Amino acid sequence: MSTHELPYIAAIGEAIREEMERDETVLYFGQNIATTDDDPFLKQFGSDRVRVTPISETAEIGMAVGAAIAGYRPVVELYMAEFMLVAMDQVVNEANRFHYMSAGQVKVPMVMKAGYGFTCGWAGQHTGTIYGMFMGVPGLKVAVPATAADAKGLMTTAIRDDNPVVFFHHYLLTLEHGDVPDGEYAVPFGEAAVLREGGDVTIVAIGWCVGKALAAADQLAAEGIQATVIDPRTLAPLDMWTILDSVEKTGRLVVVDQSTRQGSAAAVIAAEAADEGFSSLKAPVKLVTALDATIPYSEPMEEYLLPSEARIVEGVHMALGSSVAA
Amino acid sequence: MSDADLLRAMWRIRVFEEEVGRLTRANEVHGLVHLSVGGEGVAVGVCGQLRDDDPVYSNHRAHGHALAKGAPMGPLMAELMGRDGGLCRGLGGSMHVVDTAHGFMGATGVVGGNVPLALGSALAARLSGSDSVAVVFFGDGAVQGGIFVESVNLAALWKLPAILVCENNGFAEFTPRSAHTPVERVTDWVAPWDVDRETVDGNDVVAVRKAFRRFLTKARKGKGPFLLECLTHRLRGHYEGDPQLYRQALAAEEWQELDPILRLQRALGHKGFEEEARAEVVEAVESARASPFPSSDLTTELVYA
Repeated sequence: MSTHELPYIAAIGEAIREEMERDETVLYFGQNIATTDDDPFLKQFGSDRVRVTPISETAEIGMAVGAAIAGYRPVVELYMAEFMLVAMDQVVNEANRFHYMSAGQVKVPMVMKAGYGFTCGWAGQHTGTIYGMFMGVPGLKVAVPATAADAKGLMTTAIRDDNPVVFFHHYLLTLEHGDVPDGEYAVPFGEAAVLREGGDVTIVAIGWCVGKALAAADQLAAEGIQATVIDPRTLAPLDMWTILDSVEKTGRLVVVDQSTRQGSAAAVIAAEAADEGFSSLKAPVKLVTALDATIPYSEPMEEYLLPSEARIVEGVHMALGSSVAA
Repeated sequence: MSDADLLRAMWRIRVFEEEVGRLTRANEVHGLVHLSVGGEGVAVGVCGQLRDDDPVYSNHRAHGHALAKGAPMGPLMAELMGRDGGLCRGLGGSMHVVDTAHGFMGATGVVGGNVPLALGSALAARLSGSDSVAVVFFGDGAVQGGIFVESVNLAALWKLPAILVCENNGFAEFTPRSAHTPVERVTDWVAPWDVDRETVDGNDVVAVRKAFRRFLTKARKGKGPFLLECLTHRLRGHYEGDPQLYRQALAAEEWQELDPILRLQRALGHKGFEEEARAEVVEAVESARASPFPSSDLTTELVYA
């Protein structure tokens, strides 16, 4: 497969552009998405399909739900994941339920593109890692790309999916470059990526934490500890099979998540591992997450709160150092 | 729709709703049920003029709108009874009736949640070059929500071919309009956007039909949005079983003056269609009872499309 190098955010844009070229029912809505007439999306696709909306998330998302029911495939640009919270009824109580409650008479193919985790001085309200709030919502799918290639491939799949998808992209990855496949590229939902294989411990990391986990795995390898690193890539559907298969081999699981610990995706994965994979586990599952606090503004405090490479290494040491009594 | 057809359509809803009330008390229809007895004039005056490809969104009080839009009575009753033969195979129920075959696209149980959905339909109609017109029903209680203002603004900004139909029955759930807002008329809410609007007597089905037709004619040409406020009366409580401690029931004579069905009958000198409607409702109940409950496999089968 031939590739080209792109920043993560441009890879997402490439997927949207290619899908809009391929399928004229794909629409692109959002606040500030085309601020001048020179906007490339506006120029290529016109103002019918590329529409600037007022700061009215509820109407914006609700209108997209209606357009999706009517046969279009809107991509709603939300910039900040928290802006979805303004419109929660539409996201978790309308968009996701219509297919089910109508017994399949209607479908709601739409994407909510939401940036998250902007922990670089954006303080308490624009920095949350809130994907965990959406993963248990029936009917909703949740994609969390960690690389430029997955960003493109998961966005393509999100647009083609017949269900509402929340696509979480990480703001601190925005300019991270990566090799991205040329042309049409779709990454299936519900298929975790095994990024590295080792027999001592399984590290499951989500989104931004994937890079941290890989760096931690390098550090552990230097100590002689071999880690498997798994990126679930989508949280709904969640590929627990790949995780359980790995835990069966390693017997130890560390889950890394930038979100607060309580009610997190990490906690769900740990619970699933305990429920389905208890007999494989040789030690308690360790969670490496942010602290249960609002993201503070001050830079050193921000760093103190977040999971880090060092904390992942420490988590692995704890998982290896303890064991379940026979 | 002729005047006699309007009358027939209203009788079908009236008798159906009264039967649903009985079945609720008998526990054959379970859960939360909201009846539209008294509001038949709005449902029929509006939906009677629409085509199957005109998308309609409704709310928690949806049965009358669905019937008026063409939903078949047997499958609607089966839905309320939670049967596999229901319009939504028992997955939606009273508050979430959908019948896409007749353009009844959805009903939301969260007040106001349906308004922007109709805008999406209107946008879709414009983009696809169709002259279909999106209609959304909501109560006066929905108007005070931010979602309403956001939706009106967006619809006006984009000039979407949607008709917003407010059934103003003076009560938002259990409290009067005066407890919610000092603005008496819903049409006044949309004045800053200069939305073409009209307040009509919703108990006068002929007046509803006339006002709605004026908007529909324009919306067919791609114009919009429009707001039709229909002043109605909710004869029953907010939900079936509501003790209604918050209001005095209308005296029977007073209601007979207002009742949209009796008013049209008096005007036409017509005896009505009660018996015919009752026969249809009896048949609907029988067919619903004959339908099995859905299999448990269905519980998770349709979570994703």
